[in-house]
Amino acid sequence: MSTPAEKTSDLLKSGSNLEKILAAGHFAVTAECGPPRGADPEPMIEKSAHIKGNVDACNVTDNQTSVVRMSSLAGCVILQQQGIEPLMQMVVRDRNRIALQSDLLGASALGIRNLLCLSGDHQTFGDDPQAKNVHDIDSIQWINLVRSMRDEGKFPSGKKLKGAPKMFIGCAANPFADPYAIRVPRLALKVAAGADFIQTQCIFNLDKFKTYMADVVARGLHKKTAILAGVTPIKSAGMARFMAKNVAGMDIPADLIKRVAAAPKEKQPDVGIDIAVETIEQIQAIEGVAGVHVMAIEWEAKVHEIVSRAGLLPRPTV
Amino acid sequence: MITGDPKALEDIVAMAEPHDKIILAGCHGCVTVCRAGGEKEVQVLASALRLAREAAGRPIEIKEVCLERQCDPEYVELLRPYIADYEAVISIACGAGVQFLAEHHNKTPIFPGLNTTFIGVAEAQGVWSERCQACGDCILHLTGGICPVTRCSKSIFHGPCGGSVQGHCELSADIPCAWQLIIDRLESLDRMDLYEQLHPMKGWRTSRHGGPRKIVREDLTK
Amino acid sequence: MVPCTGRVEEVLMLRAFENGADGVMVVGCLEGDCHFVEGNLRARKRVARVAALLKAAKVGADRVRMFNLSAGEGTKFAAFAKEMFEHIDGLGPSPINIARSEATANRRASSSGDTP
Repeated sequence: MSTPAEKTSDLLKSGSNLEKILAAGHFAVTAECGPPRGADPEPMIEKSAHIKGNVDACNVTDNQTSVVRMSSLAGCVILQQQGIEPLMQMVVRDRNRIALQSDLLGASALGIRNLLCLSGDHQTFGDDPQAKNVHDIDSIQWINLVRSMRDEGKFPSGKKLKGAPKMFIGCAANPFADPYAIRVPRLALKVAAGADFIQTQCIFNLDKFKTYMADVVARGLHKKTAILAGVTPIKSAGMARFMAKNVAGMDIPADLIKRVAAAPKEKQPDVGIDIAVETIEQIQAIEGVAGVHVMAIEWEAKVHEIVSRAGLLPRPTV
Repeated sequence: MITGDPKALEDIVAMAEPHDKIILAGCHGCVTVCRAGGEKEVQVLASALRLAREAAGRPIEIKEVCLERQCDPEYVELLRPYIADYEAVISIACGAGVQFLAEHHNKTPIFPGLNTTFIGVAEAQGVWSERCQACGDCILHLTGGICPVTRCSKSIFHGPCGGSVQGHCELSADIPCAWQLIIDRLESLDRMDLYEQLHPMKGWRTSRHGGPRKIVREDLTK
Repeated sequence: MVPCTGRVEEVLMLRAFENGADGVMVVGCLEGDCHFVEGNLRARKRVARVAALLKAAKVGADRVRMFNLSAGEGTKFAAFAKEMFEHIDGLGPSPINIARSEATANRRASSSGDTP
């Protein structure tokens, strides 16, 4: 894969480490941390110790599955304090455009430079199913709003911002959700709205992912946005079966589950790590893939081993 | 039509508790069509309420009435000659009707016997589902006649989200994915060009979010 | 008597209790054999709804019951009627009838001048 010329800081949209890594043509690595279900920062600090040095940026989720956790903004500041570049996630489920803009400005003021714009799981999945839905704007309108504030320095009303937010804008994509035929057109919409980078849902079905990437490349979308392929290590055959059955848009081939199940129970996590490493090696060879997003949920201790065995350490400095 | 769900008998008994002589008022409009608040439903509820009160040793007298509508003053006024003879009214019209009765007959307690639910259609006999959120700025011409505000659980304008599975919403297999429906419809109309348009942020000011709404038709007012 | 149990409306069953019935039995054709195709199925659902209302009214859900037989099964009808009678007899008079006789007794007691 050819290396594009290094962008000068004038051409950078946010100046984030992730943006610079991608601009320099390196294969990027991101991971994910869920904030704790309380006001105690310790669990976040512990998780961050496993992440540090192994990634170019780390996502902090936003009340994932509608379960209340410490805010993504707070989690990002904690990561910064530990010397890790944060990647803030913001769902549109809980905040209207006023709150979204306000949190965006606050995040940028605190030095956060990466933002993932998402819809958010419906609140019926969490502990507060009686809560009011917001969804004032959708995730694609949110991407567009962030981009216009960043690039034009104005509020949606047209009034000037006293300091435009500097943000590298990302969103999620799921090559395995239904209907397949709309997945690439929807990605095109996200890119048109202003998505600088994409993180995909975790990949187990490599054939289907290759088909998806071929369709993406055919439309030239890989040149307009940086695609980071999602990888999640399986802990056990039971976990794999659960995910395949219960998580929307999850495609886990039966062969893969069999492979994990064939190992004795105490060895299954090792097989899961092997599969994760192999997956990363294979996706590095797929045209259009600019990096990997390692989602080792509640298994952050394994991020180092996975990234290291995939040959992606040490992380470059830019 | 506006649809509604009858309240539990226990809740209605509790509302009627302080009173011995009430009116039970139904409506010949929407709630008749969805079999929740029409004449038949008035008869059934009145009978059940009388039974409940007699079984508890406190009989109740109920005048059974069904108005043409409870949202127009001419019909609501028809209660005027005798409403003062009764202690309270239970209305099984929609929430608009209950409130209108209360506005016009403000010395009589008016109670709701129905939970008003949504603006919807009859999918099949005995099955109604929601279609319209009354947002005040209809965009059905852009989405093949299917409303993303109402029928998408997240009111997404560029769907479907990652939770769409085999044509249904992540919330429930009973809820079709609105965006699957929209895409199918746009394809059959050969208008997939409408899909790839970026919709600007929706203006919610015309909806209830902008405050309670009012229409004044100058050509019709006196 | 009605041409089909499909004609039995909920209000008819409820008013029977208001008129002093301790129990109501609804007898229809065998399921699958309804002369009017589905009337007896509709009736079963209505009986269930009335039972739920009777339960909420604290009159008793099992004072209304549906039975199915074919028009020629005279002995079966007699057996069902006996079964229902014994069932209702076992439950005793409906709370409506109990309340009414108590009310009558109270009226008699106060009108005869006895101090309560």
